[in-house]
Amino acid sequence: MIITSCVKDLDTIPLDKDVTTAATVFDDPEAYIQILAKLYAGHAVSGQEGPAGNGDISGIDEGFGQYLRAWWYHQELPTDEAVIGWNDQTIKDFHYQSWGASDVFVAAMYYRIFYQISACNEYIRETADDKLSDRGVTGDFLAQVKTYRNEARFLRALSYFHAMDLFANVPFVTEADAVGAFFPNQIQRADLFTYVESELKDIETLLIAPRTEYARADQATVWSLLAKVYLNAEVYTGTAKYGECATYCQKVIDAGYSLHPNYAYLFMADNNLNNPEQIFSVAFDGNATQTYGGTNFIIHAAIGGDKMIPSNYGVGGGWGGTRTTSALVDKFPDETGDIDGRAMFFTEDQNKEIVDIGVFTDGYAITKWKNVKSTGGAGASLDYPDTDFPYFRLADVYLMYAEAAVQGTADMGMAVNYVNMLRERAYGDASGNISAGDLDLNFILDERARELYWECTRRTDLVRHGKLTGGDYVWPWKGNVADGASTDSKFNIFPIPASDVGANPNLLQNNGY
Amino acid sequence: MVKHLKSKLILLLAMMCFGTVTVFAQTGEVTGTVTDASDGTTLPGATIVVKGTVRGTVTDIDGNYGISVGPNTTLVFSFIGYEPQEIPVQPGSTVNIALQMQSTALEGFVVIGYGVQKKEDATGSVTAIDEKLFNKGAIVSPTQLISGKVAGVQVISGGGAPGEGATVRIRGGSSLSASNDPLYVIDGVPIDNDGISGMRNPLNTINPADIETFTVLKDASATAIYGSRASNGVIIITTKKGKKGAPMSFNYTGKFSLSTPGKKIDVLSADEFRSAVTERYPDYVGLLGDANTDWQDEIYQNAFGMDHNVSIAGDAQGLPYRLSIGFTDEDGILKTDNMKRTTVGVALSPTLFDDHLKINLNVNYVNIKNEFADRGAIGSAIQYDPTKPIKNDSIYNPLYLDDIDGNGEADNTVLMPPTDFGGYYAWVQNNGTDVPVEQGSSNPVALLNMRDDQSTVNRVLTNFQLDYKFHFLPELRANLNLGLDHSHSKGDVIVPDYAPWAYDALNGGGSYNSYTQTKDNELLDFYLNYVKYVDKIESRFDVMVGYSWQHFYRSNNSINGNYSRQFTIDSVAGRPGVYQKNFFGDPTRTHNIDTTIRPTESYLVSFFGRFNYTLKDRYLLTFTLRDDGTSRFSPETRWGLFPAAAFAWKLNDEPWMQNVDVLSQLKIRAGWGVTGQQNINQGDYPYLPRYTTSNVFARYQLGNMFYYTMRPEGYDANIKWEETTTINFGLDFGFAEDRVYGSIDVYQRKTKDLINYIPVPAGTNLSNFILTNIGDLENKGAEFAITARPLNSTKVFWEIGFNATYNENKITKLTATDDPDYPGVATGGISGGVGNTVQMHSVGHPANSYFVYEQVYGTDGLPIEGLYVDRNNDGEITDTDRYHYKKPAADFYFGINSSVAWKNWDFSFSGRANFGNYVYDNLNSENGVYERLYRPEGPYLGNITAAVTNTEFVTPQYLSDYYIQDASFFKMDAMTLSYLFPAIGGSNVDLRLSGTVNNAFTITNYDGIDPEISNGIDNRIYPRPRVYVLGVSLQF
Repeated sequence: MIITSCVKDLDTIPLDKDVTTAATVFDDPEAYIQILAKLYAGHAVSGQEGPAGNGDISGIDEGFGQYLRAWWYHQELPTDEAVIGWNDQTIKDFHYQSWGASDVFVAAMYYRIFYQISACNEYIRETADDKLSDRGVTGDFLAQVKTYRNEARFLRALSYFHAMDLFANVPFVTEADAVGAFFPNQIQRADLFTYVESELKDIETLLIAPRTEYARADQATVWSLLAKVYLNAEVYTGTAKYGECATYCQKVIDAGYSLHPNYAYLFMADNNLNNPEQIFSVAFDGNATQTYGGTNFIIHAAIGGDKMIPSNYGVGGGWGGTRTTSALVDKFPDETGDIDGRAMFFTEDQNKEIVDIGVFTDGYAITKWKNVKSTGGAGASLDYPDTDFPYFRLADVYLMYAEAAVQGTADMGMAVNYVNMLRERAYGDASGNISAGDLDLNFILDERARELYWECTRRTDLVRHGKLTGGDYVWPWKGNVADGASTDSKFNIFPIPASDVGANPNLLQNNGY
Repeated sequence: MVKHLKSKLILLLAMMCFGTVTVFAQTGEVTGTVTDASDGTTLPGATIVVKGTVRGTVTDIDGNYGISVGPNTTLVFSFIGYEPQEIPVQPGSTVNIALQMQSTALEGFVVIGYGVQKKEDATGSVTAIDEKLFNKGAIVSPTQLISGKVAGVQVISGGGAPGEGATVRIRGGSSLSASNDPLYVIDGVPIDNDGISGMRNPLNTINPADIETFTVLKDASATAIYGSRASNGVIIITTKKGKKGAPMSFNYTGKFSLSTPGKKIDVLSADEFRSAVTERYPDYVGLLGDANTDWQDEIYQNAFGMDHNVSIAGDAQGLPYRLSIGFTDEDGILKTDNMKRTTVGVALSPTLFDDHLKINLNVNYVNIKNEFADRGAIGSAIQYDPTKPIKNDSIYNPLYLDDIDGNGEADNTVLMPPTDFGGYYAWVQNNGTDVPVEQGSSNPVALLNMRDDQSTVNRVLTNFQLDYKFHFLPELRANLNLGLDHSHSKGDVIVPDYAPWAYDALNGGGSYNSYTQTKDNELLDFYLNYVKYVDKIESRFDVMVGYSWQHFYRSNNSINGNYSRQFTIDSVAGRPGVYQKNFFGDPTRTHNIDTTIRPTESYLVSFFGRFNYTLKDRYLLTFTLRDDGTSRFSPETRWGLFPAAAFAWKLNDEPWMQNVDVLSQLKIRAGWGVTGQQNINQGDYPYLPRYTTSNVFARYQLGNMFYYTMRPEGYDANIKWEETTTINFGLDFGFAEDRVYGSIDVYQRKTKDLINYIPVPAGTNLSNFILTNIGDLENKGAEFAITARPLNSTKVFWEIGFNATYNENKITKLTATDDPDYPGVATGGISGGVGNTVQMHSVGHPANSYFVYEQVYGTDGLPIEGLYVDRNNDGEITDTDRYHYKKPAADFYFGINSSVAWKNWDFSFSGRANFGNYVYDNLNSENGVYERLYRPEGPYLGNITAAVTNTEFVTPQYLSDYYIQDASFFKMDAMTLSYLFPAIGGSNVDLRLSGTVNNAFTITNYDGIDPEISNGIDNRIYPRPRVYVLGVSLQF
């Protein structure tokens, strides 16, 4: 009787209008861009509810597990550029360079990266030619979706680059691996390099032209990442590729970008507007794109003590967490910023040297990142900054070119010129300009710190120059010693999280962990 | 044996009543035998009355009777515990009657799934607790009635709030990620025990005063009839009904309670605080105030409560009924906490067609109005600076920037009016603007008084049951049960914009959260039951087959936004003029409003059957089988088959045991069964590939557009039932006519294919954790329960009950691979820092084992800060030095209860003890450190606990095993003394007065305020008050 119909009741589909089954999601063509937007948003927000809620990954506080915040932790905290004063789990191990395979922050970064890769794979699968034709996608819209698909490939390559840089030998999955229970194989770092390189080269002409749409990966974004990958090729493969780095830097430079006249503006609430220097940014918005990670973290955590006035930075209060070491301060001609305007330290009642990492007033605070608009006033919200984070900007490309030149694979004269353009902006005049004789590897490394500190490039730079670990270069609290101490070279890469080694028998732990 | 004793007693009584009745000679005699329809045994002492007269007789010891009747007479056969039958007879005939058991629970019977059973015929581990044994006192939540009463059942209240929820565990948890709650079945309706918004405990729907019995099904042979929902045991609740033929009775009970806060957390006094700050943070003495405030005194109160219940029950011309109304009004010991509950219960149980059709209609309606205190005040009261006053004299003048012109940008030139933060003291930034410190802990009293959090919940739980005994085949019964559980909640949480913690200069601040929830759960159960006793082979067959359909629907809706005053500009100097509150609908603010509507549903469809076979009334066999389908799993995996079998042997009924007079019952039981689990706590569609659209605050900008993003969700297409296999051996015994009786059970429960929320290999799914079937878990243990009546005379009655449980829990598998280096799944999040955890699910250890460093102690016995044992001897302290140390669950649980009645006096108590349970003292690991005096985010000052002197720690050492402490305890849950004034003033009114102390005392070595913490992490628990209750009960 009614029994058969009742058994049919078991076939349910979600009632929630915000939930769509995979079988029907593409009935609405708008889904193609909305899902693509998620792949981008994966770098900006932590889940489907801002600022927190319905998180993408689990096992970690949502804010901590936000992509950019995790990337910032990994790229800044193990270096001379930043310390953090909190008692969150093993967070201080980053600065001491003593992390282990069970570290939840390391796991958060790792799983964030593979979250992105999996989500990109899913999108690439769902936008394969046969699927699109099955759904009757044709004409201009087909061309558009194909571009979206290549953007997803770029975002996957970007995350694989992060994986290669941080974890070296990682599980390898592509769109050929459908969602399900299996054990991915481990790819060696050099092979991953080849894969990332080939992917990027494959799509470089297939994305939109440079400087056409904000926050979307375009051709110059691909070139920038290729330049970055080549810059570090020796670390990844043992073979240097500075020439290729210079080639791709040149492509970016030729694409019509220019430096913004005001350095401070690059890190303000409206840095998405009228910014000719920005190549590819993670976009935040006080109303629409809220998170406890991202620039929200970078700005709030840097404010503390009883002298910093949060409203000066466009926020309602500080979190009293991050400062810098004297090693960074000393790279500038003076700490006031009067000479080199990039020295943006808050020094009142702050001790330059750090006695206790847990005390905010030990170590200079950094005021580079703000939620204040160039026109005055705060961003849209005092809690969630509008400030966007540039993954790539022209200054970085100039410095990459300069490094390639010092390595003998690019034009030295142009290199000096590019570096001086940065320094003229910083000094306000030519007084800080250098000559070709000044431009050596040490200068480049220091100049990168001065220009790009707290922009998530420091760890990679120190590794490339052989200075992250070991005793060649020490800074306060490296190795958990106030004056700094030598550390084990195994910390040049991070361990594969113990949970994944436990879950996937194909994975071999990185050396030393 | 019990039955026989009782039969004899009834026979004796009946003889006294009817012994002198003479037989009228002019008429003929009707003779016959009265038997139990369920097993064919004869019923001595059954009453046979000529309808409409007082003339009658009783059956003899063999169940035989003879009565003289006239022509066309109707005889009424009745026996206690059985349904009466009316049979038209003619003189000279032989009429054998088989009486059916009454379906409502009576002494000697237990309610099992889809039926009732004679207790002595139970083959599984089943414990029934009726009203007489319930815990006494101020009890709002039904499960508190049986706390400590049943071996193997643990009831831990969540805290001391009025109507607080409780964690109930039967024989330890069989799951890790999925629910460990038992299944509750109320009047045959298995309810969904998921939370109800705006209600502290969903079970509070049922007024404890309306409950007649609890039956706890513990082993799988008893629970498997509920299949997929029974892995964690079943608690069957039956509500009171009117009795057939009973005269109208009226009952009133009133309780008046006073709840008193017990121990306070020992924090630094204002003076100790001043000297500590002066010593440790001399640069910040300027932040100290002059007041001496004990914040805990300010937030707690003695709280009054009352509870009234009125019930009327009886039989109105063949319609047995019971109507009840209850009203509870309780304040919390945390100020501003209150619960008001009104319950209405209606039970109608008519029978039609010569008792062939029995109808039960139950309606339980509840209306709850809650006022929720901000529990943040509990933590704040510990941490807030004691040198600060509650109220502040000076007026703050924070700088308001606001978007007055509504162009979406702040108008920096316009100042909002000064706010006084409601007059409460607040930490403000040290920069002249009086902007509150964002991360600053909040004034506890302000938290209580400035947050308005109220809810109203209406719920009606109703079922309509038809039980039809076929006219042509009375052994066959059909039962249809229709149930509907509907609830609607509505709540509003409002924090005004002048609350310091909700201050937002730019966007107005304040917060408004309005939520509603609707739940509709429907049930259709149908079963056929055939019972036949076959004399020749001395066998009784009892076969039941059934079908069940359940639909669970709920929708959670909410609106969140700011809640601030809206100002109009006065022309003079830009100062504001009038303002209005709450600007929902104001287009300039819509960007701050987030609306969600989240409906979801699931279905369960089941086919089930049970076969009971009894041979010679001594050998009992039970088989059950249930096939469950759930909409939560894919068509390939959604059906689960759950079998069970059990055997019992009533040794004392063996002929060779008949001479052992001291033994009144002796039964051994053996049971095996498989149960399942689909209550996965992870939504209704874990197998289905799906996409979720983001909310308004997680959009993303591409080009000039902000897109609502769509996320592909992680899923496991192959997710299936978690299965628990239970083996149980039991022994029931009774001595000296059951003056002493009890039972012993040993069990093993193995759960495989645990529904587990665990990390999947990176890159293989669309999240890093997936709900999937990985891992095995094992519980084994033993239970012992005994009840004795040392005194049992007409003047003095003394009963004492004791139960003990031992349970051992171990995870036996966690990952797809067996990597010995895999540490496990971190769990047990604590307060302090973000994301710190102190527990780990690991193979070879109990679930939720603490996972910590081993503390090193100095020669002075004090722990040395930051120094731990290098357990793996690698020369450094890394996370590989953490080890598993103890666990929150107790090894042994005991319950003891006793009552003594002497004349009209009655004294009873009940208490519980746990041994081997350990608690992580998060309160002191977080707050018992000097560093917490100074908070860099303001900076501002915060108080610390006095326990800092035990460690002298400066920075928190969250992962030290120092903080894991033995929390074994004995608790006296209730002590009651009552006096009965019978037939006051010569009327038929009985009056009982009672005095009860709940939570009377606790004996423990644990230093915190309460050792009983269900997850083992002690932090900011809502203190359980000691409650003094005066009770009045009237009955006539």
